[in-house]
Amino acid sequence: LPGVQALLRKLQSLVEVPGQLRRWAAPGGDPARALRCYARARAVLRHYRHLPSFRAIEDESHAIMADLARCLRARLRDDTLDPKELTECVEMLLQLEEPPEELCEEFLSHAGARLEAELAVLEAELPPADPSGAAATPPPASDILDFVDRGSSAFVGNLCLLAASYRSLFQGRPGAGDARLEAFAAALTARYFQLLERRLALERGLGDTSLLVRALDRFHRRLRALLELLPAAGAEAGAALVARAARERVERYLRALQTFFLGCLGDVRQALAAPRPPGKEGPGLPDLLATLASSILGQLKAVLAYVQLFTARDIAFASLPYFKGEFCVEAVREGLVVAFVRWLCRTARGFADGPAERGAPAAPPALLLLLARLCLDYEATTISYILTLTDEQFPPQDTGPAVTPGPALCAEARGAAQRLLDHYVQVQGAAVAQMLRKSVETRDWLGTVEPRNVRAVMKRVVEDITAIDVQVGQLFEEGVRRAQSSDSSRRAFSVYSSSRAPSRYAPSYTPSAPMDTHLLSNIQKLFSERIDIFSPVEFNKVSVLTGIIKISLKTLLECVRLRTLGRFGLQQVQVDGHYLQLYLWRFAADERVVQGLLDEVAASAVHRCLDPVPMEHSVVELICERG
Amino acid sequence: ARALTPQTAETDAIRFLVGTQSLRYDNQIHIIDFDDENNIINKNVLLHQVGEIWHISTSPADKGVLATCYNKTSDTKVMTCAAVWRMPKELESGSHESPDDSSSNTQTLELLCHLDNTAHGNMACVMWEPMGDGKKIISLADNNILLWDLQESSDKAVLSSSAALEGKGQLKFTSGRWSPHHNCTQIATANDTTVRGWDTRSMRQIYCIENAHGQLVRDLDFNPNKQYYLASCGDDCKVKFWDTRNVTEPVKTLEEHSHWVWNVRYNHSHDQLILTGSSDSRVILSNMVSISSEPFGHMVDDDELSDQEDQHQEEK
Repeated sequence: LPGVQALLRKLQSLVEVPGQLRRWAAPGGDPARALRCYARARAVLRHYRHLPSFRAIEDESHAIMADLARCLRARLRDDTLDPKELTECVEMLLQLEEPPEELCEEFLSHAGARLEAELAVLEAELPPADPSGAAATPPPASDILDFVDRGSSAFVGNLCLLAASYRSLFQGRPGAGDARLEAFAAALTARYFQLLERRLALERGLGDTSLLVRALDRFHRRLRALLELLPAAGAEAGAALVARAARERVERYLRALQTFFLGCLGDVRQALAAPRPPGKEGPGLPDLLATLASSILGQLKAVLAYVQLFTARDIAFASLPYFKGEFCVEAVREGLVVAFVRWLCRTARGFADGPAERGAPAAPPALLLLLARLCLDYEATTISYILTLTDEQFPPQDTGPAVTPGPALCAEARGAAQRLLDHYVQVQGAAVAQMLRKSVETRDWLGTVEPRNVRAVMKRVVEDITAIDVQVGQLFEEGVRRAQSSDSSRRAFSVYSSSRAPSRYAPSYTPSAPMDTHLLSNIQKLFSERIDIFSPVEFNKVSVLTGIIKISLKTLLECVRLRTLGRFGLQQVQVDGHYLQLYLWRFAADERVVQGLLDEVAASAVHRCLDPVPMEHSVVELICERG
Repeated sequence: ARALTPQTAETDAIRFLVGTQSLRYDNQIHIIDFDDENNIINKNVLLHQVGEIWHISTSPADKGVLATCYNKTSDTKVMTCAAVWRMPKELESGSHESPDDSSSNTQTLELLCHLDNTAHGNMACVMWEPMGDGKKIISLADNNILLWDLQESSDKAVLSSSAALEGKGQLKFTSGRWSPHHNCTQIATANDTTVRGWDTRSMRQIYCIENAHGQLVRDLDFNPNKQYYLASCGDDCKVKFWDTRNVTEPVKTLEEHSHWVWNVRYNHSHDQLILTGSSDSRVILSNMVSISSEPFGHMVDDDELSDQEDQHQEEK
């Protein structure tokens, strides 16, 4: 009897099933319970299908459940579902044995729509993608860290949850494999990366690098969590994004350094050109040089400190292979430090090679001197210091791409310094030479009167050369001078140069006689030391001064040879020459050079004179002393 | 000596004329024959007593006619004048006597005519119309370009047209050259750092190369085989090659010398060879194939001939 009672109860519950189902499946009911009930009943119903009454129940409940399924499906399309409800819905549908492929499609598209909405919110913050480049866009409303935060927590977080629930729902079901999920996720993450890149592009100027680093770090960490679930979602793309951002920032720093250097140069030029109140000394060149060098170095160190934020130990992405290797070597050492040093040398050199001939305002000679010294210092010490510092902060890999060796950079610096110094000598030499040239060309050498004093232009020449000596002496050391002979300062400026050429004037005239004596003196010139006029100078004061004096005196020589002098003209040249010799010998590395050139001037003057009667030497000395 | 010129009308022998520059002794013109088969140099001497010679040029039509610019000095003034001369007949074609023989056989030049420059200034140079009939010459005097017509037997020079360079300061032509192209209607002149091209028919400026050299331009020469190509050299120690159709940039720049370059000359048959002389006591022969008329790649020796000979083209 108890068995029968149990059976009767079961039957009763079975009959009640449709009613219950209907109640629960109705909107507002509890579909979960309906499902459970149905699940329990289903097996029994199936078993007794052959009985018509059971069949009816089964059909009815089946219809109700189908209804329910339709309802649920309709609910799926409702946008207001949150992920949890969505999951429940899908779960129930799965239990209702709806086809999994369709379900996962619906699931993904629904979830996808939600995620898209989140991305759209992020995109709304960005100005419209303007293909024509950065128009005058207003600065973004929030900073980059905020943007990344929201993106990471909302989008990435939700994507993670989605992936997890997908897996739990559809694991192992046919037709709903991981591939679909991965494709779905990859597409969305690609969009996310794009938005992030656009946002990064909005970072104007150098802003706050630490903020950028933190933002990238956060992005990278959240991404890592996602990638653990879905490795194919875009590991490389994410890493590449971070790498690109870092590289771009480093490039910006390079440009900022370049601008800074040009600014410093502008300051130096202004300081050199500023009108000075009388009696007050101008800015000393060593001070200007020290300021320039230290500001550049200071700025470079600051930049390196900023860039080092990218490789700090507590930064997650710093352990990426890119940052350990390529970033240090290519982006920082080569792309920033080496590139900057090279650019500096090129720019300095440009002052010497530049189109100064075309009438453009040329660099002031003091600037040339300053830059020459700067490059020389760079070659000597600064470059190796900078490279050591860089290598310390950004240790290079052993097997990495080729690095520029320090000596190569030093060679470039030295080349620039040499070019600048040569150019300085040429410019200063040309200035003095021009004075001398004008003085010879415009004077009436035939009709001049007996010389009473040294010509003013010669005094100016000596003054200018003294000033140049002081200027160069501020930045370069003295250099080696040939030991002077005892009577150097009293050496007579003789019209007939004593030791070298023999007397030039054969007493008898035959057609070939002048040829002989000239031939002899020319042969002698071949064997005496040739004076190279525009030759590279060494990095010391006497070499520079000697170069300038050589250029000036050679010009004097060539110009005298083009004129015809009268007797007093010759005597004036004699007086001027002696004066120059008195004062210029001490500037040259080898006083014989000055002596030799002045001897040639004298000889040429005699040659060009109609009536060569030189002045008494004592009178010449008297005039010079008075002058 | 500063003045040297080939005997332009002579096409067979290698002959040069050199003018002396002496304040004390009578000046002379030496006719120098170079016998390239035997490597012998022969010389004949002509007296040029009017003054020291600063520039000399020969007529392209008549082997015996030449022009010189010389200094006439008085006690108070020096004036550079120009005159046209004729050589004695027998010396026109040179003579191949041995040098010892030429002892005191100095003959005189016959003065044909003066180029009157009282109105103008010091003559810088005289140019003959290349490939012409020897009747037209141009002289540069201070800032004037003077075109002369030599009458019948060249015994009178009549000024047919002139042009003057206007501008601030004392403008002075330093040198000039008559272009052998364009039917000989173009000349180029140098003053200070500027090179100008002129049309001789209208006496107007055609082109102007400003700041051709950083300092004074000393000499010019036209490429004999390539129209529009011009070489210039100056006190900035450089030699520059120009295309006169585009004068903003030189086609090429040579910086071989270490002091002022006084002369530049193209070789008349092989225009890739250029000779330059400088007061750094060097004469440099350069091979500029890329801007010559020689087809590229046909030369057997491609490397640059830089013979640094210690000859003195101008006695230094």
